[in-house]
Amino acid sequence: MREFLTKLATIDRRIIYLLTFLVVCLPMIFKMIMPIRVSEEVKMAFKEIDNLKPGSIVMISIDYDAASEPELQPMLIAILRHCFSKDIKVILLGQWALGLPLGEMALNQVAKEYNKKYGEDYVNLGYRPGYTALMVGIGKELRDFFPTDYKGIPIDSFPFMRKVRNYQQIDILVGLEAGATGDAWVQFAGARFNQKIILGTTGVVAPDMFPYLQAKQIVGLIGGLQGAAEYETLIKKAGSAILGMPAQSFVHLLIIIFIIIGNIGYFILRRKR
Amino acid sequence: MIRHQLPLIITFFTGMLLIITFFIPHKPFGDLEQRFLIWYSIISGFTVLLGLDSLVRYHLSKLKKEFNIHSFILILSLFLTLILGFYSWFKFKTPFALNSPFMFLYTYVIIPLQATMFALLAFFIASAAYRAFRARTFEATLLLIAATVVMLGRVPIGGYISKGIAYFISFLFKIPYEKISEIQIFAIVSDWIMNIPQNAAKRGIFIGTALGGIAMSIRIILGIERTYITK
Repeated sequence: MREFLTKLATIDRRIIYLLTFLVVCLPMIFKMIMPIRVSEEVKMAFKEIDNLKPGSIVMISIDYDAASEPELQPMLIAILRHCFSKDIKVILLGQWALGLPLGEMALNQVAKEYNKKYGEDYVNLGYRPGYTALMVGIGKELRDFFPTDYKGIPIDSFPFMRKVRNYQQIDILVGLEAGATGDAWVQFAGARFNQKIILGTTGVVAPDMFPYLQAKQIVGLIGGLQGAAEYETLIKKAGSAILGMPAQSFVHLLIIIFIIIGNIGYFILRRKR
Repeated sequence: MIRHQLPLIITFFTGMLLIITFFIPHKPFGDLEQRFLIWYSIISGFTVLLGLDSLVRYHLSKLKKEFNIHSFILILSLFLTLILGFYSWFKFKTPFALNSPFMFLYTYVIIPLQATMFALLAFFIASAAYRAFRARTFEATLLLIAATVVMLGRVPIGGYISKGIAYFISFLFKIPYEKISEIQIFAIVSDWIMNIPQNAAKRGIFIGTALGGIAMSIRIILGIERTYITK
């Protein structure tokens, strides 16, 4: 028995990799579904968008790329579905150049579902370099940085964009974050221009954003795939986040089991020594 | 002399001016700030070109010395992406048109490559957690327990385990199961950890880095910190 427990401390990493692979794949292959508990921070984000009147404007910033797509793309799709179902206008832009095609894909997919037209219900401003300068600049005049959309069409040729000059006309800013851009949105757009902000972040970034939520510097927080699944639950439209949660659940459980096994083996070896 | 002094003078005046424009957002300072921001945006656009230039130079010089497959693939992919991007831009007015060749490259090469790189983390985390996450000290044990609770509290399976615990408690203490079955113990404790101790620690880190940032900015403006000047 003791030998067996000692062996537990030296499991081959290939076995760990194989088990990880299986617990990710099997729930996805069998399309398992698990009930999702909705957290307070996601409820807050949902309510803020849900309380907007038709015709309100939501600006979404794509601050991620393909590496974070599995976590943040379902979030974007769920938010777009929520906005379009309530006839809210959407302005999309991005601080990560490589994330913009993902935004374009999501816009095209969801706009088709809700029969929304480009220029009337949504626009894609694209990417401009500048980062914090751009965030402060939008607070004064959007056109200084985005005179045209991503196709080079002047933004004033879109009816609903004519009245948008700066943050004052934007009801909510949604930042979808895979890095530290969310901090910059809070510090520059939020603190300086009182812009209402909702942040959707990867699971790793989410803990960094909790102080902003508690200080009411952001009005909602959607964290990781779990957050995306919660948002999908709230809009009552299941997407890839709800389908991905069982895999994430089992991987978490597997890692916990590995930690326990590793510690049992560690303590036995320590006693032996 | 001028090579070393001029950057310091420019930095000092720009820094002071930007501080003034922040606190006096009226004319002429407010307009000046916007102008500076546009300049900054243009300059940061050029930094991409600068980065591209040094990357291409480095790998071309490497290729000239001897054939290196990695450098070759990098140069090839770079120019292929550029060519497809420009072609899509001219033909579809934007490289992001869904039926453009650039988007084909993005969807079928860039997305899978980036997703694969990131997905590998799951394997490494599982292996690293097994090997390195040991309850060696009291602090490490606390971290381990907190991590376990948060990991279970943030996923649906934590709910199932909570129900199992509730069933066990109801059996042990003869409490009606219905009364305690809905208490998701892992989610509650996880929320508490995230909202109270985690937030407190994060605030400490934030305040520390902000103070460090201010101190560094003052050092740069006053010319004490000069590492950005080429010797």
